[in-house]
Amino acid sequence: MSEMASKVFNWVNTRLPIVNTFERHLSKHPVPKKVNFWYLFGALASVVLIIQIVTGIWLIMPYSNTEEGAFASIEYIMRDVDYGWVIRYMHTTGASMFFAVVYMHMFRGLLYGSYQKPRELVWIFGCTIYLVMMAEGFLGYVLPYGQMSYWGAQVIISLFGAIPYIGESLELWVRGDYYISGITVSRFFALHVVALPLVLIALVFLHLVALHEVGAGNPEGVDIEKHVDDDGVPLDSIPFFPYKVLNALVGIGVFMTVFAIIMFFFPEGGGYFIEMANFQEANPLVTPEHIAPVWYYAPYYTMLRAIPDPLGGLIIMGAAVAIFFVVPWLDQSKVASIRYKGIYSKIAIALFGISFLTLGYLGTVSVTETRKLISIICTVMYFAFFLLMPIYTKFEKTLEVPERL
Amino acid sequence: MQEKNKTRRKVLIGLTSAVGLSGVPFAATPFIAAWNPSAKAKAVGAPVTIDVSKMMYGQQIQVAWRKQPVFIIRHTEDSLKNLQTVLPKLSDPNSDNIEEPYKNISPTRSTSNEYSVLTGVCTHLGCSPKYYPEVEPKSWDSNWVGGFFCPCHGSMFDIVGRVYKGVPAPTNLVVPPHKFEGSILTIGEDGGTA
Repeated sequence: MSEMASKVFNWVNTRLPIVNTFERHLSKHPVPKKVNFWYLFGALASVVLIIQIVTGIWLIMPYSNTEEGAFASIEYIMRDVDYGWVIRYMHTTGASMFFAVVYMHMFRGLLYGSYQKPRELVWIFGCTIYLVMMAEGFLGYVLPYGQMSYWGAQVIISLFGAIPYIGESLELWVRGDYYISGITVSRFFALHVVALPLVLIALVFLHLVALHEVGAGNPEGVDIEKHVDDDGVPLDSIPFFPYKVLNALVGIGVFMTVFAIIMFFFPEGGGYFIEMANFQEANPLVTPEHIAPVWYYAPYYTMLRAIPDPLGGLIIMGAAVAIFFVVPWLDQSKVASIRYKGIYSKIAIALFGISFLTLGYLGTVSVTETRKLISIICTVMYFAFFLLMPIYTKFEKTLEVPERL
Repeated sequence: MQEKNKTRRKVLIGLTSAVGLSGVPFAATPFIAAWNPSAKAKAVGAPVTIDVSKMMYGQQIQVAWRKQPVFIIRHTEDSLKNLQTVLPKLSDPNSDNIEEPYKNISPTRSTSNEYSVLTGVCTHLGCSPKYYPEVEPKSWDSNWVGGFFCPCHGSMFDIVGRVYKGVPAPTNLVVPPHKFEGSILTIGEDGGTA
């Protein structure tokens, strides 16, 4: 029997590079032997991506993408479909966790200089993934056609209206109607379930292919390729499979526990994951008392609100995301990791973290004069981190990076 | 390969690519155009027409346009006179803070001297303000000279939809695009007056 099995396997393997691929990308793929928990979030992100795809497919089945049916079909999923509520809460919790994990993953990149040569393309693919995720999250939020879906979309779509000359016709084109109607919902549905997931999966593939070409980094910023054995394998590396996979499984276990606790006990996340207003059907005639975005857009929403001119706000918001793409060229430091960078880099990244969290908080509360002032200060701090990076990374004193990991 | 042939090949590749690329906008057209408002959406959102000659003086009627209530008011001469007395109470009497489509054409803010055309959605939180044309003391204003009062959060507007000072609504009621042809009012297009 086992002879038969190995014959079949050989037949397939001579036609499909199973062993080659397994060795190249898993069992013989070298990764740095010492990393810390910050290096876990990439794996977690791929776990959440799978959760989102599977639960998403199951949600498509009972969902109705019409103006009359959308909101009712969500109630139907929540009440009448067996375990529908679990699948939906898995998807909404997954959305929030996706952003949480990706924000950690990105911050790891900033901390340890993961974007530095030769990993610029890995970083750029990652930034593009983040951008597509933001669009994906927004589109998905509109689908239940609740009050917050409607008015959140109203705010976001009217951003297009701020673009000079073409703005108003662009708004009409995006909506396909004079208000956010069933027509808008069904096109957002098509984008959310087919178009953007395809793009997202393609980008994740490219992100990983590029990563495997240049190899993973480490928190010391040591180039492990400098010291290799006779076979060209870095001395300070271990094979990805089984060592890193088993290691990641522990992290995934912890993560799944947190995920399950949120999903079962706090699926609405205190109104930050699903707002109360979204439990009412969309009504074009009544604006909710307080329009707030989901927490993961909140920092950018605060920037938008801090600028009185809508076009200016749009530009600042766009620039805040776009600026991530050029980080590999803003960082002029000789060293990659924050451990060996100088005091200016340490202060800068701390201030950046504080400003990002503060902007996030401010995006979820209403505007007052003081808060507006803090928003502006934090926006300036956010941009200063990036724009001053070529200066403070170049002129600060760095420590000597060790030869070996 | 000969040098001459290389150049030829480059020119041919260039020309073929150019012809191929010129097809891209054609191929893209249906995909982009399919996102325009469909004939059905346009029909539902089409301009509405109404004969306003049958309206009584002082009467307000409501029509729906694009899922929004639109108020039409036929003013009396007295109520138009009150537009002056109410001035000190208004926060933006000349509609400088909003994009006013028919500015300085008529005190009614429309293109007619007799009718006002207003989007009946409070600029605060989108409730629908109520029409109180009487000049008499009201619970919300003892010197009420007629206008609109929003029951949700107490915003006040004068008889042509200009917002009072010190109320939650930030701006005047919006004037939708419209045109009068005799007594026929069309809401939703203005034939280029704006």
